[in-house]
Amino acid sequence: MSLRNFIDKAVSPWMQADGPDSDIVLSSRIRLARNLSEFAFPVIASKQQSEKALEHIKTRIKDQSYHTLGKFEWIQMDELEPIEKRVLVEKHLISPYLDKDSKYSAVLINESESVSIMVNEEDHLRIQCLFPGFQLNEALTLANGIDDWIEEKFNYAFDETRGYLTSCPTNVGTGLRASVMVHLPALMITQRMNRIAPAINQFGLAVRGIYGEGSEALGNVFQISNQITLGKSEEDIVEDLRGVVMQLINQEKAARKDLLKMSKVQLEDRVYRSYGILANSRIIHSKEAAKCLSDVRLGIDLELIDELPKTILNELMVLTQPGFLQHYFRESLTPDERDIRRATLIRERIQLENSDQSTD
Amino acid sequence: MECQECHIRPATLHFTKIINGNKTEVHLCEECAREKGEGFTGSNAFSIHNLLSGLLNFEQPMSDHGAEEPAQTIQCSKCGLTYGEFARIGKFGCDECYKAFNNKLNPILRKVHSGNTTHTGKIPKRIGKDISARRKLTDLKRQLHEHVEREEFEEAAKIRDVIRELENGGES
Ligand SMILES: [Zn+2]
Ligand SMILES: [Zn+2]
Repeated sequence: MSLRNFIDKAVSPWMQADGPDSDIVLSSRIRLARNLSEFAFPVIASKQQSEKALEHIKTRIKDQSYHTLGKFEWIQMDELEPIEKRVLVEKHLISPYLDKDSKYSAVLINESESVSIMVNEEDHLRIQCLFPGFQLNEALTLANGIDDWIEEKFNYAFDETRGYLTSCPTNVGTGLRASVMVHLPALMITQRMNRIAPAINQFGLAVRGIYGEGSEALGNVFQISNQITLGKSEEDIVEDLRGVVMQLINQEKAARKDLLKMSKVQLEDRVYRSYGILANSRIIHSKEAAKCLSDVRLGIDLELIDELPKTILNELMVLTQPGFLQHYFRESLTPDERDIRRATLIRERIQLENSDQSTD
Repeated sequence: MECQECHIRPATLHFTKIINGNKTEVHLCEECAREKGEGFTGSNAFSIHNLLSGLLNFEQPMSDHGAEEPAQTIQCSKCGLTYGEFARIGKFGCDECYKAFNNKLNPILRKVHSGNTTHTGKIPKRIGKDISARRKLTDLKRQLHEHVEREEFEEAAKIRDVIRELENGGES
């Protein structure tokens, strides 16, 4: 497979579109947790019960289409190779839980991969809508529409007092998790994030790194999401998150301005060194790759580098994860081999951009 | 900010723990968070299940001392989950569990959702039709009452007509 084809397959079409404030907000996500009243929740269901629930859902939803989204593809987890599941996890289309811990589970994905509906995850249904840039309200509107469409076919577990009943008490009520993925290099360089993160927590929002192991914020990419799902309307939850993220965008912009004003040469040096490493290294660890990609992306946003596309950060953050590397090179890799292959893939990706331009 | 546990590595996990209504800020590095079992599963998914499970178990000694039925053995008649199991896994087994354990839920929900225990968001379009209609009616009656109190009779009449229409429509 050529690298270009591989990227086109690996990077979800929705991710290649540009969104508002996409110099800082990489993507916006809405997730709704829903359960069916007829069946025990997947966490405690027996194999037979899970199989029955899956069949019940499959017959009512498979091959159906919703408005402009087109047809959903029904992908059953037990029919996938481990590596294929891993790739879906790395594309954020399924959760690690669906990959590893679920039984009789499936996912419905639309063509642009902006919507995925997980079946028999921790809850019977998890509706997820992904939008490029800062588009929480758009994502909520779409998720609500899909939710209404699904509700025509199923009896939701709903209670007037407690709301949508979920397996975990942390999701009950709206079942809503709203989140944004933000790239905050200047707040990290200027060490202002240390003060800002706890302040965000005060608003009942969680801040965490999303790439890499544990909570480490690889590539200065953070996820900000609501923790409270009960006692607030969906609109209020999204509005509160939106307000905080707006402030975060302003802070990051101010920090970028300060860096340009106070230490432009140092910033250029940092950006170009990282570009040099990405374009030339033969062995690169995921941590170093993420750091360099973050620097280069900042360089692109500040118009210090103009020959690379903005999407290179999101794209290579996904592509250089272990699952994708193995998928691309079609073999299982030891961590050392992975670092070599990662360097190769990044170099090839950058060369691809340069050759694209010379042929234009 | 440095990790409050080891004071060596930078804190990358920040969250608010609310125990008995007291908020505590927690700032941990990845390693210490994992060691303390705070919020981390094998993947990088944030979860507060461990913390939650702690809260649920914390509740029990108190209720066991009470005169009522020991909380542990309360069982959901639909899926068979006991409160003891619920406390251990931190998950409900079905929609009926919410009713079965209802007496125990408010303190838990309050802790998890910043004091909230009642849903105020979306109501399902199809199965929630009656609820929505009833709420709309209640709201209109409240408005009617307010208009009458303020002697705004023209407005009140308009609302009374809407209420009549809704009530008749509901019967047909
Ligand atoms: Zn530590
Ligand atoms: Zn139950």
